[in-house]
Parts: sequence; C-alpha cells; structure tokens
Amino acid sequence: MNLLAKRIQESFSESFVKSVEWRGDVAVTVKREALHDIAAFLRDDPAMAFDYIVHVSSVDWPDEEERFEVVYEFYSIRKRHRIRLKCRAPESDCVVDSLTDLWKGCDFMEREVYDMMGIRFRRHPDLRRILMPDDYDEGYPLRKDFPLRGKGWRDTFEFLDEPAR
Amino acid sequence: MGLIQIGRQGKDGTPDVITTSIEKAVNWARKGSLWPMTFGLACCAIEMIAAVSSRYDMDRYGAGVFRASPRQSDLMIVAGTVCRRMAPVIRKIYDQMPEPKYVIAMGSCATSGNIYDSYSVVQGVDRFVPVDIYVPGCPPTPEALFDGILKLQERIMQKRVFVKQPKEVRDVFKI
Repeated sequence: MNLLAKRIQESFSESFVKSVEWRGDVAVTVKREALHDIAAFLRDDPAMAFDYIVHVSSVDWPDEEERFEVVYEFYSIRKRHRIRLKCRAPESDCVVDSLTDLWKGCDFMEREVYDMMGIRFRRHPDLRRILMPDDYDEGYPLRKDFPLRGKGWRDTFEFLDEPAR
Repeated sequence: MGLIQIGRQGKDGTPDVITTSIEKAVNWARKGSLWPMTFGLACCAIEMIAAVSSRYDMDRYGAGVFRASPRQSDLMIVAGTVCRRMAPVIRKIYDQMPEPKYVIAMGSCATSGNIYDSYSVVQGVDRFVPVDIYVPGCPPTPEALFDGILKLQERIMQKRVFVKQPKEVRDVFKI
C-alpha cells in the first residue's frame, strides 16, 4: 500500500474505508463523518503538507446505496505528492462537511458540486448556485436521473413578449 | 449596385452624372458601412477575428469596424454556442442596437445548437432574435462568413426604405 494511504489508515483506522492505487494515483475512501478531521490532518501534518487543493468533484452512482461520492484532490507543493480523498453520502442525507475553512480554494468548487449534483456542504460560507441561475428550479443537471435535454427551461424565454415559436 | 451612369462623357471617357433612386442610394450606403458588434461566444469567434485580420480583411466589404457597444453597431454576428443563461443578455443587446439592424447566426451552434442537445444550450438563436443570414459550418471559415455578409448586402439592396407604414404602426407612432 502507498505510504500516504498507510499513514491515513494508521492514524484514522476507524474511518478508513479503502484505498486504491492505479497507475500512480492514490485514492483513499473515508467515512464522511471524519472527512474534515482527515483533511485537516493532511494539511497540517508535516509529512503530509498538502497545501494546495487541486479539484473538488462528485460522482453519481445511481444503483448504489450511498449514491453520491465527493472527490477531493490535494497536492503538496512542498513535498510534490498528491492524493485523492473520497467520501460517500446517501441521497436521503447528502450533506458533506465543507473544507472551505482549510483551503479557501474549495469555495467555488464546492459550489459547483452543489449546483450540478445537489450535494450540500455543511458550514460552507456562501452555498449558492454558481453556473446555473439562482432561480433555476429544474433540479441538479449532472445527476444520472436528470433528463439530458432538461425539463423545458432551455426553450422558455420569459423575457420575450410573445412565446417562442 | 443598381446605379445608372449616363450623361456627358468627359475627355477621358468617365461619366460625370449618375442617376439613381434615393432608395438605392440609401441602401448602398447602408450595405457599405455595416458595423458589426464583437459578439464571440465560442470557437466561431476565432474565425470571425481571423476574418477581420489582414489576411482576409473584412474591411473590404465595409464591415470591418467592430464596435464594442451595441449602440454603435448595425450587425450582430452571433458566433458560437448560445447557452440559455446568455439568452436574455443577447436579447437585451439586440434591443439596444439602433435600426436598421441585422443578425447573422454564424456556425452550426448559433443556427441550431449543433451537437449540444443538452439542458443548457439554446437550439438556435432564432428562437429569441430574428436572424437574417445563417452561415453553416463548424466553425465556418472566414470565406464562409464573407459569403454570409455578401448575401446580407444583397438582401439590404433589395429592401424598401421609403414605404408607407401600415395603419397600426402609424397609429402607434402618430405619423
């Protein structure tokens, strides 16, 4: 097992779910209750020193019980290593702790995850839609059960006096 | 151009009298100074920029003075994919342009949405602004855009300028 993943498993044995290494990319899945603690550990531990948030994304697994997966990718500019941190959330309670207090850069990326997938982030300072308009009410477009052509919003032009052809 | 040249010939053979109709003269002036507005939305914008640059030189057709403000332009070239969130902005800009105004839908996306049959992409700008010329291509070459501009100029020459407005319009404007 990768040394970074091993460190996480040793320090948080209860919250560690699994780790996968594929072509040099290390991905660690953890329980979402411990996500914030593990992320703080990754940032503050001198051997980890992950000082840069690369990306926040999300995956929809429609057939699985814990449907949504949030993926954080971190990079250490000092140590020059990277790691991917994943956690799962069920549809009935899709809330994940925000990491905005640890990395400021999470702000917009978590908003995008919220906008596209509908996963809410606890203690996020400004959780609004970012790509879609604020009054968009068709749901979350990147979910697998969202129709590809939307639900009619793209063909309604409320700013026209007469309805579109 | 529709201009008629008659009259006394000078010693070098050039005519010094031109007769035409005012309508043709007005249309000729209009088609010769199409000021487009910079409205690039996607990759089509690159071809539009190339069309203005020295290699292609759109200024030859009087359409090279790109303005950054809709209040100074006659022609809106919608170049690129139109997202639904952009649609009210495009309509507002179109409404701000002074008459007479023309719209070219440049490329497949502005014409029909192209392959982007998704929740966020408008399936053609003609759904919310009137389009005069459609230029096909993905993206269209500068030559294709020129073809569209020349077609638009032909169309402008056929327009009637001094026509009596219908009664409903006269009542609105109290003419």
